[in-house]
Amino acid sequence: MHGAVDFPLLSMLVLVPAIGSLLVALSPRRRPEYAKLIATVTSVGVGAMSVWMLRAFDSHSGGFQFVSRHPWIESWGISWHLGVDGISLFLVVLTGVLFPLAIVGIDPHNDDPRRDKPYFAWLLLLEAGVMGSFVSLDLFLFFVCFEIVLVPMYFLIGGWGYEGRVGAATKFFLYTMLGSAFMLVSILATVFIASANGLGRITFDLVELAEGASFAASTGRWLFFGFAIAFAVKVPVFPLHTWLPDAHTQAPTAGSVVLAGVMLKLGTYGFLRFGLYLFPEAARWSRPLWLTLAVIGIIYGAIAATMQGDLKRLVAYSSVAHLGFIVLGTFAFTSQAITGSVMQMVNHGVSTGALFLMVGMIYERRHTRQIADLRGLQHVAPVFAAAFTVVMLSSIGVPGLNGFVGEYLILIGSFLTARWWVVVAATGVILAALYLLWAYQRVFHGEPDEENRSFPELRWKEGLVLLPFIGIIVFTGIYPKPMLERIEPAVHDLIEHVSDRTGYVEPQPAAISIDDEHGEGE
Amino acid sequence: MLDVIWLVPALPLVGFLAILLFGRRLGEPGAGYVAAAAVLGAFVVTVGAFFDLLSLDEHHREHVSVLFSWVPVSSLQIDMALLADPLSITMALFVTGIGFLIHLFAIGYMHGDPKFSKFFLYLNLFVLSMLMLVLGENLLVTFLGWEGVGACSYFLISFWHTRESAATAGKKAFVTNRIGDWGVMLAMFLGFQAVGSVSYSALNGAAESGALASSTATGIALLLFVGAAGKSAQLPLYLWLPDAMEGPTPVSALIHAATMVTAGVFLMTRMNPVIAASADYAPQIIAWVGALTALFAATIAVAQHDIKKVLAYSTVSQLGYMFLAVGTGAYVAAVFHMVTHAFFKALMFLGSGSVIHGMHHEQDMRRMGALRTVMPITAGTFIIGWLAIAGVPPFAGFWSKDEILLFTLASSPVLYVIGLVTAVLTAFYMTRQVVMVFFGEARWESHADDHGAHGEFRPHESPPIMLFPLVVLAGLSVVGGAIQLPSFGIIPDSWRHRLEDWLHPVVEPGEAVIKGTAAYDAKSWLALLAIACAVLGIAAAIAVYAKGRAKPFEPELLARGWRYDETVSAFMGGPGRRAFDAVARFDSGVVDGAVTGTASGVRSVAERLRRGQTGFVRNYSAVVVAGVLGVLIWFVIIRGVL
Repeated sequence: MHGAVDFPLLSMLVLVPAIGSLLVALSPRRRPEYAKLIATVTSVGVGAMSVWMLRAFDSHSGGFQFVSRHPWIESWGISWHLGVDGISLFLVVLTGVLFPLAIVGIDPHNDDPRRDKPYFAWLLLLEAGVMGSFVSLDLFLFFVCFEIVLVPMYFLIGGWGYEGRVGAATKFFLYTMLGSAFMLVSILATVFIASANGLGRITFDLVELAEGASFAASTGRWLFFGFAIAFAVKVPVFPLHTWLPDAHTQAPTAGSVVLAGVMLKLGTYGFLRFGLYLFPEAARWSRPLWLTLAVIGIIYGAIAATMQGDLKRLVAYSSVAHLGFIVLGTFAFTSQAITGSVMQMVNHGVSTGALFLMVGMIYERRHTRQIADLRGLQHVAPVFAAAFTVVMLSSIGVPGLNGFVGEYLILIGSFLTARWWVVVAATGVILAALYLLWAYQRVFHGEPDEENRSFPELRWKEGLVLLPFIGIIVFTGIYPKPMLERIEPAVHDLIEHVSDRTGYVEPQPAAISIDDEHGEGE
Repeated sequence: MLDVIWLVPALPLVGFLAILLFGRRLGEPGAGYVAAAAVLGAFVVTVGAFFDLLSLDEHHREHVSVLFSWVPVSSLQIDMALLADPLSITMALFVTGIGFLIHLFAIGYMHGDPKFSKFFLYLNLFVLSMLMLVLGENLLVTFLGWEGVGACSYFLISFWHTRESAATAGKKAFVTNRIGDWGVMLAMFLGFQAVGSVSYSALNGAAESGALASSTATGIALLLFVGAAGKSAQLPLYLWLPDAMEGPTPVSALIHAATMVTAGVFLMTRMNPVIAASADYAPQIIAWVGALTALFAATIAVAQHDIKKVLAYSTVSQLGYMFLAVGTGAYVAAVFHMVTHAFFKALMFLGSGSVIHGMHHEQDMRRMGALRTVMPITAGTFIIGWLAIAGVPPFAGFWSKDEILLFTLASSPVLYVIGLVTAVLTAFYMTRQVVMVFFGEARWESHADDHGAHGEFRPHESPPIMLFPLVVLAGLSVVGGAIQLPSFGIIPDSWRHRLEDWLHPVVEPGEAVIKGTAAYDAKSWLALLAIACAVLGIAAAIAVYAKGRAKPFEPELLARGWRYDETVSAFMGGPGRRAFDAVARFDSGVVDGAVTGTASGVRSVAERLRRGQTGFVRNYSAVVVAGVLGVLIWFVIIRGVL
């Protein structure tokens, strides 16, 4: 496999932030600056490790790399089994890069500096949970990480959010918990049914279950839906999305950035890793449902976004639309569409993360998120406006920027298997221009009024935080190949797995060979 | 120079980056010179590439240079690749050539603007995008440029963004174009599904070899036409273009007259084998949309008072001619008219910019008049543009329009009549404009009081840097027709159909298509008829506007563009907005309401259940007793156990 296997890289990615969180929690109460220092060092270290992993990743392999496997609760067949492949690779890197930016770049604005300590402790615990979810290859471990994530996010929204934070945090927690309850039942049922059907022993190991177990069609569908409900809430898929605008609007900026950047991807990632991989037949069977809900989400989310008066709510609804594209690509079952979906998970994290970051900056300056209160900002803060424009165009999906490549791959790949859904979904591209440009016009264009005239320009520090986002946006838009060639082998293997199990044949476009232009013959 | 064809887009990119990084230091006029030099460099390379191609044998006039693999996923392999062939080089020549002239003009026009360097930043980015559009080797690279020019158009229309109308116009242009882009995207998907590639050679090759099913070809052709109708401002999507005049006038000349708006015509020409392989109704739809747009916009132009609005509607109308040409198979004529139109329309837009500049930002023609006395060079060059567009021989526009009309008659007499009526109207409204602006009495003197506060008001001629482009473009508008002269008796053989011969490798159908038709045999008479139409239009306008023989016919309905725009706006602002609002309310009321309803339902049930937990033993025992009784009753009476 790989030369660096003896260094437990993935375990470190999960454990270092967890230990960091513990250290922050244990740091002296009277020295709040330690909290930030520990958080910074930890998250930067994790970020560096994740980037190093990206470099060391073997781009030709579709299988799991950096695998680390240790028995944990042996009598139940539970193990500490971690691994990363093309599907999870960039999500891990995104997590690794996003957290230090959120920790260093966003001021939590605590009136009492002692409140810094729990804030950073929760953020690091969140990072550990997200990392764990992305690299777990064990159902039990995955479930634990998936659930751990809820706790710090609940406290971050509830403790550092805005006026309606308590209600939003509770709604977020209960809604996602309810979904997870279904998944827990499904996980247990999957493990026991699998042991009775073919496997012969109890194991929570994802790879063993997916490769070894077989379920009767109806059983598989029930089990799949248990998982699917949890993921659908997390994505969120229409009509289970209403926790999202509230949570996003009320969360502190760092919370929104992480929520949009990586947490929603737990759902879309879950569909690929635990839905399609474990239950190919059920995923194929329920395809029309997901495609339809995805397309509804695209159109409906965009329309709802258009009419929002609150910038954060607008971005939140735009997430519903963007995530709809990802679900569409996931259930299209073609290489292009699924590769596009995986790429779009990262793209959405980058561009929406940056949008939330900038909306946070606006709030910091003007103490409002209401579009109606803002006006003419481009006139007073042209650099800020330019940065916003680049991010906005990426979100709209203008070619040359990252958002386009993912969206295009999703649509062109889905066209092969779900033509009419794509015809409708593509109109989402028009709506995306409408809601973002209209909001941009109201916020940035026009003559600034009294309140907005003193809007401060982008500061150096803010620019440095935004720079990596903009760099990724431009680079992956122009040269997505390094990313695509790492994602594609894993996607290929996944589709092959689905084909083996269901007899599904991935449709290929008709390759028409063109005669040489002077070819007479015939 | 063919092997360094990448320099053509790379130079404007360098210009863009230089201004991005050092724009503030370069300032005025440095940023303008950097930008202009970048475009001039691109022009020089293109000219070199042109001669390289010319020296090659006709069948080898095609050079593909792959820069890197762009979007490779499994069976989809898309390269960032440039294609230099007669069509793309023709486009690149006039994009860079006219682009350079307009950059020069803008250095004078934008003088004193606080965002001077930013203007040229956008302008270079636009030229870069436009060059990617025309030089793209496949639909996706073209689409990159296609959306890029759209984004630049958005930036430049709303350049003076503190003005609400400019901001709205920019947004409208972008969103309307996106409707067209939806079509282009779906066309790509359909093409990929059918041939496994989005490259022009694969798609056109499949169409030529008959491997592309007619239904698929029809789908691709019509979906691309949706995109073309958006970009090139055809019915029903044209309505962003008149509003786009909110942008600075050099932008109107470069983007909204000479280059970007012709992208749709270019795309249809590029894909001409696919159109040929599609069902008959596909080109007919294109021809009809073009003809109707040409007529429709010409009627509106007749009643406009804003100097730029006349030219905007005129552009829509002339683009309609080009689509009429595409639909009737006259691709060469379409490209020919695209080139001549780029000359004379850019000339007239810049001329109007010079007028606006000299009139201190006055755009209403009713406040102009007699400007030829104060702005002789602007007036002289504008008059050349007028003669060219009106269809007076030997100016450029006559030849290209005549060729389109010839093909149109060969295909459908009804379309031909529409084309002729439009020609009369064109001559009429352009004459009206020239008379109102440059002749008659000086109406600006009576309004001089408005400007009194700023001192003496007197229109002035523009500086040399603005006049030079006018003179060059005027020259081109005179001789531009020479690139494609028809086969008339007195014209020497070697001068005929040069553009057709040059484009032949890309555009198969040429004059051969209509040879032998009655229209072809009568072509000399048709030319005379076209001249008569031009003269009729000019004479009528002179009679009305110069001599005052008749009252001007400018009904409110036409001045307001047949109320089409208002209707669409009213719909969007009324029912459209209410529908969107209803969705948003549905979300918070019904979808979220169900969730919170469930939550409060659970809570109230729990609340009631909680009341049962009183803690008094007597209550519990009463319930137990009731339960026991209930069970007994059920067994004894209902099941009849005893």
